[in-house]
Amino acid sequence: MAAGTALGKSALGKGDVVETVRRRWMFRHPLVIRLAHWINVVCLAILLMSGLQIFNAHPALYWGSASTFDRPFVAITDDQRDDGTARGVTYVAGKSFDTTGWLGLSNLNGEATGRAFPSWATLPAHQDLATGRRWHFLFAWAFVINGLIYLIYGIGTGQLRRRLIPEGDQMRGLGASIREHLTLHFAQGDEAKRYNVLQKLTYLVVVLILLPLMLLTGLSMSPGVNAVVPLPDLFGGRQSARTVHFIVTNLLVLFVIVHVLLVLASGLWNNMRSMLTGWYVIERRKLPAGPEEIR
Amino acid sequence: MMRRLARPLTHRRGFLTAAAGLLGVSALGGCDRFAVTPRGRQTLKLGEDANLYVQRLLLTPASLAKEFPDSEISPWFKPNGTIDPQDRDYKALAARNFSDWRLRIDGLVENPQALSLADLRALPARTQTTRHDCVEGWSAIGKWTGVPLAEVLKRAGLKPEARYIVFHCADTMEFAMSGDTETANPDMTARAEGEENQASDSKAAGAEAPDADAPDSDTSKGTPIRYYESIDLTDAYHPQTILAYDLNGKALPVSNGAPLRLRVERQLGYKQAKYIQRIEVRDTLAGVGEGGGGYWEDRGYEWYAGI
Repeated sequence: MAAGTALGKSALGKGDVVETVRRRWMFRHPLVIRLAHWINVVCLAILLMSGLQIFNAHPALYWGSASTFDRPFVAITDDQRDDGTARGVTYVAGKSFDTTGWLGLSNLNGEATGRAFPSWATLPAHQDLATGRRWHFLFAWAFVINGLIYLIYGIGTGQLRRRLIPEGDQMRGLGASIREHLTLHFAQGDEAKRYNVLQKLTYLVVVLILLPLMLLTGLSMSPGVNAVVPLPDLFGGRQSARTVHFIVTNLLVLFVIVHVLLVLASGLWNNMRSMLTGWYVIERRKLPAGPEEIR
Repeated sequence: MMRRLARPLTHRRGFLTAAAGLLGVSALGGCDRFAVTPRGRQTLKLGEDANLYVQRLLLTPASLAKEFPDSEISPWFKPNGTIDPQDRDYKALAARNFSDWRLRIDGLVENPQALSLADLRALPARTQTTRHDCVEGWSAIGKWTGVPLAEVLKRAGLKPEARYIVFHCADTMEFAMSGDTETANPDMTARAEGEENQASDSKAAGAEAPDADAPDSDTSKGTPIRYYESIDLTDAYHPQTILAYDLNGKALPVSNGAPLRLRVERQLGYKQAKYIQRIEVRDTLAGVGEGGGGYWEDRGYEWYAGI
């Protein structure tokens, strides 16, 4: 392990405390996990965008086995305002929202066009369900194979348990961890060597619940698979499974947004380097006079 | 905390960020360009090829699509695609309640058949309440009664080289352009139009026949392309594969495919050919339409629609 000392020297005034920062390198992410992470980034991006393309072919969601066309749970469409101008409108559980420009009505080649999700969010950009399905299924296979390799490796080497299962002391510090997140204070020193408890629980939910749910709800929509395993029954019917597929997609998008924001807030380059090369820097700050490290 | 060397580092990092951003954006634009190349289309198709392979491994003749209690039948079975064929011949048949209609079975068979509705109703029947899953994502539950396709094929007697069952339907989907327009008109254009038709249900029926003109009478429009579909023998002999003449205990309405439609329950809606006129037994799908095995298949959709 390399240990470095960076000492600030310049422009010291009288009374300034000289702070030593000790940088310790830690090998945090093995190759398999780094590869799995980036393959997953590509897969989820393509699955999301081709999924929105597929959704656009029938932009409504229902509960149960069959569609209740006059009573959708969610519907994204376009209609006309009282003054005759077009608007995009999104219905959720009986309530309607004007979502012009984003959902229901958005610009396509400079022209306001009625489509559920805008063209910049879908793959292909224009309406093409057949090609959207091809992207979706090819990358669904890549996602499943990648996920299986990650799980087999993670369980086989104990990485999954070491990385993601909170330790006893961490569970007791759950409240403190929530406070730290809300104030964007992150652990340093030895405590930064492991994921914090909220981080572990979130990754656990994503890896063991949300991502497998995407696969199960996706397969629930397959009439072929249904003839072998009655998967839709797990979710209350095929249309419920489709709705859950959509809701979990939203949760995953939310996760990615928070994940990227926290990566930015807790040190973009340290995090990025570690997910690219494996090496993560643990910083210990030390006051020359004091014996104790500041954590 | 003080950092030396901060400036050059920021420089490099800024460059890396910009490069990564550019790469990401160009990758997304590249996706659409990749998808239209022959190599791209072939690569993208790998996923659906894998679907067919895995489903054929998993599905046995005993794997049945779920059958629902009558209480779950949808109050309205959404008709899709063609809902009112404007073809002159079809309209004439419908006007006489399909009494003159005959189902022709020919191709690689020992005994070609021409069966009336009464003939079909006299054959053994199967009733099944199943869920219809459209490729667009919606579902409807209906109770179908019909003759198992296997019964009809048994009467016709398949020749040993038979591999595929092709369904020729009465409804015109579009008119073929003249020869050189077609060469100048790459597949993508035709596909995008086809998509439009299917994606917006309400427009689909109207778009193909905006006026009451019978397609046959107007030759200036070109040769009509009528709906066609195909399945292989694995699905043809599945016990739930039936030629349905009743929906929810009543004669099949025109909007749902009168007088006869296919039910192949372990696949998506576009396989469930409506307005069947003729069943052709073949050894290959080459020579049917553009060779994809069906109207939508020739416009980019998968021949195997198990997912």
